[in-house]
Amino acid sequence: MPHPTHWKGKELPNVLRRLFDVPGGHRLAVARQHGAYSTIGATLFDKSPFELIELVKDSGLRGRGGAGFPTGMKWSFVPRGTGKPVYLVINADEGEPGTFKDRLLMARDPHLLIEGMICTGWALGVRTAYIYVRGEMLPQIQALNHAIREAYDAGLLGENIAGSRYSLDIYVHRGAGAYICGEETALINSLEGYKGQPRLKPPFPAVSGAFANPTCVNNVETIMAVPWILTHGAKAYRRWGTDKSPGSKLFSIAGDIGRPGVYEIPLGMPMPEFFELAGGVVGELQGCIPGGSSAPVLNAEECAKAAMDYESLAGLKSMLGSGAVMPFNATRDPVAILRTLTRFYAHESCGQCTPCREGTGYAHRVLDQVAEGKGRDGDIDHVRDLADQFEWTTICPLATADAWPIKSFTGKFRPAFDAYLAKNPDRAKPRELTQLEPGAFM
Amino acid sequence: MTTATTPNVQEDLQRIAKKWKDKPGSLIMVLHEVQERLGCVPRNVCLELAKLIDVPVARIYEVVTFYNYFKTEAPGKHILSVCTGTACHLKGASKVLESLSKELGIKEGESSADKEFHLQSVRCVGCCGMAPVVMVNGAIHGKLKPESSGKEIVAQYRGK
Ligand SMILES: Cc1cc2nc3c(=O)[nH]c(=O)nc-3n(C[C@H](O)[C@H](O)[C@H](O)COP(=O)(O)O)c2cc1C
Ligand code: SF4
Ligand code: FES
Repeated sequence: MPHPTHWKGKELPNVLRRLFDVPGGHRLAVARQHGAYSTIGATLFDKSPFELIELVKDSGLRGRGGAGFPTGMKWSFVPRGTGKPVYLVINADEGEPGTFKDRLLMARDPHLLIEGMICTGWALGVRTAYIYVRGEMLPQIQALNHAIREAYDAGLLGENIAGSRYSLDIYVHRGAGAYICGEETALINSLEGYKGQPRLKPPFPAVSGAFANPTCVNNVETIMAVPWILTHGAKAYRRWGTDKSPGSKLFSIAGDIGRPGVYEIPLGMPMPEFFELAGGVVGELQGCIPGGSSAPVLNAEECAKAAMDYESLAGLKSMLGSGAVMPFNATRDPVAILRTLTRFYAHESCGQCTPCREGTGYAHRVLDQVAEGKGRDGDIDHVRDLADQFEWTTICPLATADAWPIKSFTGKFRPAFDAYLAKNPDRAKPRELTQLEPGAFM
Repeated sequence: MTTATTPNVQEDLQRIAKKWKDKPGSLIMVLHEVQERLGCVPRNVCLELAKLIDVPVARIYEVVTFYNYFKTEAPGKHILSVCTGTACHLKGASKVLESLSKELGIKEGESSADKEFHLQSVRCVGCCGMAPVVMVNGAIHGKLKPESSGKEIVAQYRGK
């Protein structure tokens, strides 16, 4: 299915999807016909790094990796002139369940990522940049390596890019299968060849990141929006979206939806309208996980009120996150969904914080029992209580990302959980810890 | 038990070590190349590597065991990775796993006796639009019919 170009009489934004439906668009010659690298020349190098940072600030671009932090502001935290090298690291680990936008971007338009990296590198004074790609994404790694070679051959990477005084080298680093490596400090440890365990912040990577040097970590999609903003200006970018969530964003939608896929839409589009654009909900909507599996689930009523921007979803005590939207219909079992989610977090805990390592595993094992009809009366409250304990008490937000689905699913779909408890004739007996098999280290 | 590596393997390890030894932070890239060559990174190879790249074996082993991708034992020839992410779960991933498990007579995490297949479950592989999904040696098989998926996939790869 080609990406729709219009919706309700209006043209859809085309910041990121320009080559989605162009065969061979990953090759330099084809990409160039569609405007690739048009900023690499006077457009970029006539601007001072400071002016470029101001431009990105004005555009209101926010990080697309999950946290939505204003990109221009992040760039302005990177110290300059310290004598230390500044690194740019592209986060292409895309592991948030349900998210599949970066893999599409890198397969279809790797040159746009390189162009965005040149712009960002210029703004931050970067000489060496890395792309950290999820290990399973072999076709994307190939596409990137090929595109990088083409860019070097065309004088767009390496020494004196396009005849300017700016030089940049880019290396692709392949991950090895750990969700936690998507967290920026774990990613840096992994890049350095260590176990991918997050570091306590501060110091923030901007001050002390890769090899203890200032490092800017940005998501693929964030950086790919930069050339467009540089070409068209901040005001043009702001013609889409809301005041606080300007511009366009990619959403990956799957689950009970007519046409699952990746869509570029203006931020702020009402959720029901987005469902319609993606072919409509299949069956009767029961709920939706709006921003990757860590985002608290919304029930049908909340979905009707929600819009696809940072503030609207935060207002509903959920989040836009990575833009992975997962509607599910009334035939689906919320207990089984939560069980799968908690298994994921228990498995992916990196193990260095006790509340996370033990808590996510324990919560998962109790929910396993519930789902198998062996639940006890206090189980759900117990798990909720546990979630309260490991929410925000750990080095990184992974434990919190487990607490949120636990609390939202058991809160909003409680009757479904109670129905499982009712299946156990022994439910009034207190829970004995010994009934649970050890399994924290799955 | 530690067994010595064969001269052939030694040669490869030396080549890989030479390529990466002086690049900072390259341990993971080294392990990728070793696993590509040997199918896994067993204990004796870790000991050997430690000498070649001058990194303590504890550092190598903690990295090998931290990352899901690295294996200390050779898995079956065809690696069947059943996605158990949310979208695939909604569309019957557990039935897919069951179907493959029945067809091969092994449980999740095991290899078949003839070492032809290895069955594992994995987190979301980012092809949710094609759920339910099984990745075989890196290739995606999507929109599977849960009940018959085991027979169909195994038939496609057996003897290949
Ligand atoms: C557990 C965890 C997993 C994450 N996974 C990813 C990921 O796969 N890709 C990504 O871009 N950001 C991920 N992030 C967010 C990064 O830490 C970081 O905020 C982001 O890469 C910054 O880039 P941005 O400002 O452009 O969004 C993750 C964060 C956490 C806590
Ligand atoms: S919260 Fe969990 S994943 Fe994050 S650092 Fe602690 S143990 Fe590791
Ligand atoms: S849930 Fe299976 S590919 Fe995403």
